[in-house]
Amino acid sequence: MADAGAGPASAGPAFDPELPYRCSPSVALRPEPFGALVYHFGTRKLSFLKTPELVTVVSGLENHPDVHAAIEAAGVEEAQRPAYLKALAGLAANGTILARETQ
Amino acid sequence: MKLVDHFQYGLNSPICLTWELTYACNLACVHCLSSSGRRDPNELSTAEAKSVIDELQRMQVFYINIGGGEPTVRPDFWELLDYSIDHNVGVKFSTNGVKLDKKRSEQLARTDYVDVQISLDGATAAVNDHVRGPGSYDMAIRALENLAEAGFGQPKISVVMTRQNVDQLDEFKSIADKYNAQLRITRLRPSGRGADVWDELHPLPSQQKQMYDWLVAKGDQVLTGDSFFHLSAFGEALPGLNLCGAGRVVCLIDPVGDVYACPFAIHENFLAGNLRSPGGFQEIWEHSELFTELRQPQTGGACASCMHYDSCQGGCMAAKFFTGLPLDGPDPECVRGFGEQALAARDADLSVPKSDVNHSRSAPRNSRTPKAPVMLQIGMGRPDKACETSPLVDSGADTRLSPAAARA
Repeated sequence: MADAGAGPASAGPAFDPELPYRCSPSVALRPEPFGALVYHFGTRKLSFLKTPELVTVVSGLENHPDVHAAIEAAGVEEAQRPAYLKALAGLAANGTILARETQ
Repeated sequence: MKLVDHFQYGLNSPICLTWELTYACNLACVHCLSSSGRRDPNELSTAEAKSVIDELQRMQVFYINIGGGEPTVRPDFWELLDYSIDHNVGVKFSTNGVKLDKKRSEQLARTDYVDVQISLDGATAAVNDHVRGPGSYDMAIRALENLAEAGFGQPKISVVMTRQNVDQLDEFKSIADKYNAQLRITRLRPSGRGADVWDELHPLPSQQKQMYDWLVAKGDQVLTGDSFFHLSAFGEALPGLNLCGAGRVVCLIDPVGDVYACPFAIHENFLAGNLRSPGGFQEIWEHSELFTELRQPQTGGACASCMHYDSCQGGCMAAKFFTGLPLDGPDPECVRGFGEQALAARDADLSVPKSDVNHSRSAPRNSRTPKAPVMLQIGMGRPDKACETSPLVDSGADTRLSPAAARA
């Protein structure tokens, strides 16, 4: 669903969907027919968000108290949520999304 | 639908865009895919180039592959580089190293969001200079030394694989390691002047297997511009985009603003339009007749029944075209040997298509010749200088590149 570009993922804290996240400020999303192309200006890696729902989740992260809420709000079916969490974990590992400080 | 299927139908903007800034080159590589040498008087001006960068920024083309000719001999090269980076369009440029002295290397080391790719087609001066011209090996190595000394983070060494250098793969890797560079190897195409030397330089069938085995065993950190997808029929698919991206995810802007389907296809059959026309680049990318056609489902033609079609997709369009093979048939380097059979079966009086764009210094003045089939035989042995080559799309991340070289 999300395809991280080749290359080792930068090491970061483990992905925790109970926490609030946001898109990295170093990342740009380009809408495409399949979903979106992600470009990380820091690592120069391309990756892909392979469904429109995943794009909604990723762009909506910053408006929700945790990852689960963002998935819920995007209307992702229950059965598909594990796959989305896995995709998001990959995006966290490659720096596309970051845990954000709670206020 | 799989991602690769989406790619076949085209994207909103290219992933891998090569922009050849000038046809001028200090070298005259025998296999130059853009037949570079002399500057074209009609090349885009600085102001025009900047407005193209503005447009690419609007289209979210996140980085471009700059080549030539030798892009760094354009007097405004460094200005355009900064302009592009300031507009969030990252630059990877391909060079023979002619301008990368200590001062420029230090400047590059201070610049974020720029990648440098040095062309080197032999791990020894003898093998390299044979195709790229006398002194070109030393020039490339000096540039690598300067970059390393300046602390530039990981330049790339770009190698076009030929019959003479396949055995040097390990040596290329050692050179890359020595200069803290990343190795990138790409396929020789019969494009530009490459058509004149392809028979002599393209790897033998046994060497195709040798390259494939090497990539599988040691290619982990080696970039390929996704140019060896035709080798995937040997077994497991190689990493990257196993698909011809021409006009779908890839295209070329040439120095005069002509937009072609790919860097290896400088020929009027693959010319989608000129970005000086109304609507600019975006109009061409989205609506040109050629790109629309390239985004139609492909049938596979003669290859459709082959068990390997899914992995090689019939290979490289440009390689077929410039060897006179049908576009819906096998690649001339088909690993099952169907390409060689097809080459052998070509009609004796078949005239193999030749690009009508030629800026070789030995070519007649003024490149674009009239439409009539040109049988002009330029009395050209081997140019004694060289230009360079390197292609197109790199893996999902490393997008492709192209040739370079120029006369200062």
